[in-house]
Amino acid sequence: MYRKVTIDLQLIEDCGTHGLAQSAKFTDMLRLHLDIKVPVAARAIRGSLFALAILATTHHGSAQNTPLISGGAGFFTSTNGGMTTYLPIIEPLIAAPLGQHVLAESRAALLEIVSPNGSNQSGYDHSHFIGLTYLQGDYLASRHFTLVGGDYLIPFNTYNDRLSPIWIGNLQDGPLIASLGTFSSGSGLGGMLRGNAIESNKYSIDYACFYSVPSSNEQFIAQRGSGGRASVYLPNQRLEAGFSYDRLLQSTRENFFGAHVWWEPKDTAFRLRSEFGRGQHAQGYWVEADYRTQRFGGLDSAIGRIEPVFRMQQTFRIDAVASDGLPSMNTQRVDFGLNYSLPHNTRILTSYARQFSASGNQNIWETGIVYRFLVPAWKGKR
Amino acid sequence: MMNSKLGLCGVLVLVSVSAFAVGAQQGGAPVTAPTRTAADAKQPAQQQDEGQRVFQQHCSRCHAAPEGFSPRISGTIVRHMRVRASLSEHEEKELLRFFNP
Repeated sequence: MYRKVTIDLQLIEDCGTHGLAQSAKFTDMLRLHLDIKVPVAARAIRGSLFALAILATTHHGSAQNTPLISGGAGFFTSTNGGMTTYLPIIEPLIAAPLGQHVLAESRAALLEIVSPNGSNQSGYDHSHFIGLTYLQGDYLASRHFTLVGGDYLIPFNTYNDRLSPIWIGNLQDGPLIASLGTFSSGSGLGGMLRGNAIESNKYSIDYACFYSVPSSNEQFIAQRGSGGRASVYLPNQRLEAGFSYDRLLQSTRENFFGAHVWWEPKDTAFRLRSEFGRGQHAQGYWVEADYRTQRFGGLDSAIGRIEPVFRMQQTFRIDAVASDGLPSMNTQRVDFGLNYSLPHNTRILTSYARQFSASGNQNIWETGIVYRFLVPAWKGKR
Repeated sequence: MMNSKLGLCGVLVLVSVSAFAVGAQQGGAPVTAPTRTAADAKQPAQQQDEGQRVFQQHCSRCHAAPEGFSPRISGTIVRHMRVRASLSEHEEKELLRFFNP
């Protein structure tokens, strides 16, 4: 029942897919040369049993509170230096309300990586991965306090916990600095307090703070650390700005700082997102813009479904200790994407990226198709 | 030198795209409500607007609206959003009403 999985770090990173499944554990595993025994079948059974247990404990009576199964299924390709990697992936998400104040939720990633053999060998090799991205319980005490317990996505900057699902991201690859401040695995094990601190008609301030304990369990890999994020949102200007800080408390103690600015002008389908992150050994930023026109019949017209995307990013290494997942050399990268939203929650993503660094420049061509599903967990009374 | 050139080019592109995007909306049609929009004439306009406001300010900041879903999971979706976006109970109700006009 155990299957050996080996993932070659260099190959994956060269193919530019490491950011695709930023979903926590997967990223962590890609950054290491793995040679582990993964209990594939046993894990799948345990996961299924857990999901059934959650669903079984929810109440059936409420017409609108049926547990849901959501997520995305996608197929991606990434071509770099004439080598194409294929990546089919499913990211299911389950959410089940328990009573009036509790929500249990979890997301997982199931993927297969099909990549060409290196070293002038012909043919392809493949490896797969199944793992929980997060598994948490939320207790909603009030708008100001929501207590989160379990394995949660670390709220550092915005990409990790807000943009990483494959049905949300505009580009296949995550930003180069996505691993900064997320403790390698992207998730923490412990508790988090989040909510709205202040709100008025002109602004609102949200916060999230967490504490994580170390864990070497293969499904709940986490490191000791703490931190949080605070952000202010101006609804009239549709402007959000925030600051993140966390500290790794395990082994080498490191501080991470982050800041983000998002702007989505009112009555437009234009979005500008940006982040800056600084760690002990490297720092960087990214800026991304995307736009859909409403001029030719609205967003659901043939033209309105076209979405050009542009992202630029730079990383700067402070010293030679490359423990943070960022490139080992100063790197600049620009991405030009062109997405198309098909009817029925299906989206096509295409992009071209040019990456510059002292270790060599690269052209990265990527395509993908993502289907988003969102259904009740079972049939029930309407 | 390459860094500054790249940065300058990037800023120029972003400024151009921003200016075009904002300019293109002048006098254009208002944002179409999400697919699950509450275009029910029986719905009081104010309530519908409030629900739409909550959706646009909190939900669509990160993601596009899914194209249709069963009303049986609307409460679960709203609670999920309540955790993610720190919605108040009032906003939760308005959003639920927006999904189920």
